[in-house]
Formats: sequence, C-alpha cells, structure tokens
Amino acid sequence: MSAQTITTPPPERNEPMTAVAAPEQQARWWESRTARKFANHRLALLGLAMITILTLACFLGPVFLSHDPLWIDLGVRFTPPLTDGFLFGTDPLGRDMLARLLMAGSVSLLVAFSAMFMSTLLGTFVGLVAGYRGGWIGAALMRMVDGFLAFPSIFLLLALAAALKPTPTMVTIIIAITGWMEVARIVEAEVRSLREREFVQAGRMLGLGNWHIMVREILPNAMGPIIVAATLTVARAILLEAYISFLGYGIQPPLPSWGNMLGGAQQYLATAPWLAIIPGVAITIAVTSFNFVGDGLRDALDVRDDKA
Amino acid sequence: MLRFLLNRLVQIVILLVIVSLIGFFILNLIPGGPLAQYALDPGMTADDMERLKEQLGLNRPIWVQYLDWAWRLVQGDWGHSFRDGASVLDVIARHVPATLLLMGSSTVIAIGIGTWVGIRGATHRYSTFDNVATIAAMVALSIPTFWFGLVGIYIFSLQLGWLPAGNMYSVGDQSVLDYLHHLIMPSIVLALVHIAIWSRYMRTATLDVMNQDFVKTARAKGLSERRILMKHIVGNALLPMITLAGMQLPALLTGALVTETVFTWPGMGRLFLDSVSYGDYPVVMGLLMFSAVLVIFGNLLADIAVAIVDPRIRLS
Repeated sequence: MSAQTITTPPPERNEPMTAVAAPEQQARWWESRTARKFANHRLALLGLAMITILTLACFLGPVFLSHDPLWIDLGVRFTPPLTDGFLFGTDPLGRDMLARLLMAGSVSLLVAFSAMFMSTLLGTFVGLVAGYRGGWIGAALMRMVDGFLAFPSIFLLLALAAALKPTPTMVTIIIAITGWMEVARIVEAEVRSLREREFVQAGRMLGLGNWHIMVREILPNAMGPIIVAATLTVARAILLEAYISFLGYGIQPPLPSWGNMLGGAQQYLATAPWLAIIPGVAITIAVTSFNFVGDGLRDALDVRDDKA
Repeated sequence: MLRFLLNRLVQIVILLVIVSLIGFFILNLIPGGPLAQYALDPGMTADDMERLKEQLGLNRPIWVQYLDWAWRLVQGDWGHSFRDGASVLDVIARHVPATLLLMGSSTVIAIGIGTWVGIRGATHRYSTFDNVATIAAMVALSIPTFWFGLVGIYIFSLQLGWLPAGNMYSVGDQSVLDYLHHLIMPSIVLALVHIAIWSRYMRTATLDVMNQDFVKTARAKGLSERRILMKHIVGNALLPMITLAGMQLPALLTGALVTETVFTWPGMGRLFLDSVSYGDYPVVMGLLMFSAVLVIFGNLLADIAVAIVDPRIRLS
C-alpha cells in the first residue's frame, strides 16, 4: 500500500474557503482529476465497496434467507453462532440474528440517509439565506446555528425523542434537527465569500432573481464541501440512531435497527455476547466506511479539513 | 485585552439568550408542554388541568411566559424536580462532579496519547506508524462509544475480571484507589474518540509549524533536533489545540453522557436519562440549559487562554 494514497495531506491553514472551488476554475468536481484522485484513495474505495455490499445485503439479502427476521421461536433461543443453521445465532426470542441484522441494517441505513438528506437541505437553505442576505437576518441565523451547537446533541436528541412519538419518520426528523448546523456554516461561509464576486453581480445586472443566483450560480461552487459534510453526516446519523435506539427512545421493536438490537444485549453479555458483538461490528463497519469515503472525497475535492 | 473580553462577553450574552429561546421552544413544542407528565395521570380531570395551567401561568401570552421563565432562570430559580420536589439546581449540582471527573481524566488521557501520536506521525510522516495511526484514528472515530463500553465490560470485567463493570465506587470501600479502579475503563472508553481527534489535529498543527521560517532559523543556529522539536515546534503546535479543546467540549460532554449510561456512572448523563424516562421535565430542561451554558463558558475559557498565550489573537 503506497503511502500517499492513505494519508490526508495537511490542510492549508489561513486559506480562504474560496480556494476550494473558485468560480474561475469552474468547479466541475466530476471531471477526471477529482475522479482519479478518489480512485487513488484506497481506503475510500474500500469504504465505497463496503457500503455497496452492505446496502445490497441489507436490502436484497433477506430475499435469499430462509429465516424470517420477526419469527419468534422460543425453542431455539440463545443459539450460539454457527450452530443449527443459524450463522449468527439467535436472540432471546429465538429470532435469527442474521436475518434481523440485515433487516435492521436496512432500517438504520434508511434512517441515516433520510436524516442526511433532510439536514443537508435544511443546512443548505439556512446557509444560503444567511450568507446571501447577510445583515441582521444573516447574523441572527448564524447565531441560531451557534445556539444549536452549544447543546450536546445527545441531550437535544433524547429530550425530543422522549417527548415525541418515536416513529421511524420522527426519529429521522429528530436526528436531522440536531445535525444541520455544520452544513449551514459551510454554505454560509462559501456564499458570503462569493456574494460580491463579478459573476454574481453580472447575474444581478442581467436581472436574474435572487433564488436563481443563489441556487444556480453560487451553490454549485459550494458542492464540494457540502458533499463531504453530507457523507460524514451519514456516519454521524448511524451512530446517533444506534445510540437512542439502544436506550429505547429510537426505533421501536418489533421493527429492528442496529441500535435496538443492542438494547437488551447488555444484560446477556455474560451468557450471549454475540448479541452485543454482531450489531456493534455492523455499525462500526458501516460508519468506518462512510468516514473513509468522506475522507477520500475531501482529498479528491480539495476541501479544507474543517472538521472542528 | 479588556476590549477583547468585553467583546466576547457581549457575544456570550447574545448566545445565552438564543440558547434559552431554543430551550424554551423545545419545552413548549412537546405535546402537553411543561404539564406533559401530569396530563398522563388518570387522577387529573380536565378541570384540574385548567386550574394547574392557571396556577402556573400557562395561559398567558407565550412571550410573557418566556420572559418570566428566563428571569427566574437568571435568578437561579430553575424549578423543582417532579420526582422529589428538590431544587433542580441542587439536583444537577449533585451530579456534576462525577461527570467532570470522567471528562477530566479522559481529557488527560486523550491529550497525553494524542499529542504523542500526532507529533510522531508528523515527524515520521508516511511511515508505517503514521499510516497505521491514520487508519486507527478513522476506525476509532467510527466505533460507537456505548458499544465500545460493552465490549470493554465483556473483556475486562466478565472474562478477565480485572475491572469493575460499572458504578463509581464499591459499597463499603471508598478509598482513592477504589475510585481510580472504577474510573479506568469509563475514561479510556470516553477517551478513544478524543485520542483520535487530538492526534489528527496535533499531526496537522505540527506539520504546519515544521515548515515555518523560525524552525529553519533554529536549525540554522545549530540547535539539536530534539531541542527544536520540544521547544520551538511543540509549543507552537499546541496553541491551536487550546481552541480545539474548547471546540471539543460538546462532543466530550456528549461522550461522557453516553459512557455514563453504559457504566452506571452517577453523573449528569445518568441523571438526564433517568429524568427523561420519568418525564421529569424541570430536570430535563435544567440539564439542557446547564450543559449549553457549560459549553459556552468552556469555549470562553479556551478563547481567553489562547488570547493570554498568543498576543496575535487579542491584538487583531
């Protein structure tokens, strides 16, 4: 494994965000240089492969399985892995762990992806308005972002989850509500730096509407950082869903998710450790993959390392 | 320095107002509002609820309610727990030390290991050590903290029997050693993510400083590499880390809460979870506001620390 491919080069500090995709370069991130850089990032490719396999397995896999993930059979409860045709064993109600793991994965991934879309849309919207309008509206919006960031996300998440009815949709919305701030910051900074540039003024002189300028002229320049942030947001959403479902405030049984599969696992840790180990490994693999891909995209899109 | 401080203070007051608005909004967003817990009580008739609303002033205009609530918050009247009627601030104060202890010990571990890994990664760039550290950091960032805790309990408590599986001390033995014995696993579990973050940033910061002119000057003066590293590079690389420590505070607090729930550690996270499951809204709200204030002042402390150490910040 050659060294360069797996190591993030140090971010250039004090470099304005515009360097990411200045309009004169016309940020065509899908063009070959970016694609080549991503293809050279072995961990990112590995991550992409694992995400693909995981997604296919979770959404298509159950078709090929003989076990129903919701079928309860107390006669075979606590079957250890690799016995009696249960590859990953069974849970306290005798349900097949492999079938449950895949179904749970489809729920967890769906929630994470939807939450990512929602929070990215919300963050982009807030960032666009704040950056383009500027003035007191912009200041007020960005202070609101600061305000949301001051709350530990888990507190906010649990307070909302406990108070509202935890349907999968609601869980997704709640996760999105606690995760849009970073995108808002990225977009706001980008838009603010581009607002007075010639191509934007030209657009104004041509009589283009504000929304047209914002969405069609300015936003494409911020796509790189947004895509990177969105990828990392999926990773974060998987972790958050897992945690609140683990505590019983997220996805509710009988619908399995990686988090609520871990829910009862702590009390069986001594006798049936596979209940805790298998879903946890699945979460770790999924989150690691998204982080690898996000890292690769950051390199390929020349996005400044701005995680903090 | 004075102007810098005043400036920051004004910003913080504004931020506190916004945080209180968000908190108040969430409290009232909840179906049933602050009375949600009592609405579930079958002993409550519709008349009783009306009377309670009247009593608590919940039928006043929303902005009057907010001002009233915020004013009492400022005065230190954070309400009383639904569970035992104790003052919310007292309840929180009882649980803060455990959380701070956990956060403190984890930070020490994270800074110690993270700094070393980061510097070594920068000075031995692209070496095996550096590559392994890079991948390990990424994986560490991806492991769910609560699950890592479970695995730790399985290995070190259930299989090896070396460390206790939870709680802060054993009943009947509350010596310092006993506390430490209980502290080891939760603080390492919490530190994992922060070691990863810290080492990544330390590596970047060290690389930044290594290419600066004053390092070349020091080398030209004939100073030993060791002295250059320890005195010129590390000192300057640690500067941005102060800000990082401030910025990591919400994540550290969040992680501490997660860790506490796995290790039944009697801190704010445990209290929050218990209060949420009991529907004890005064305490939930109190903790929400308290943690936000903690984060805001933590950031202020970091800002002031940087300004003291680095004159470039306070003069610009």
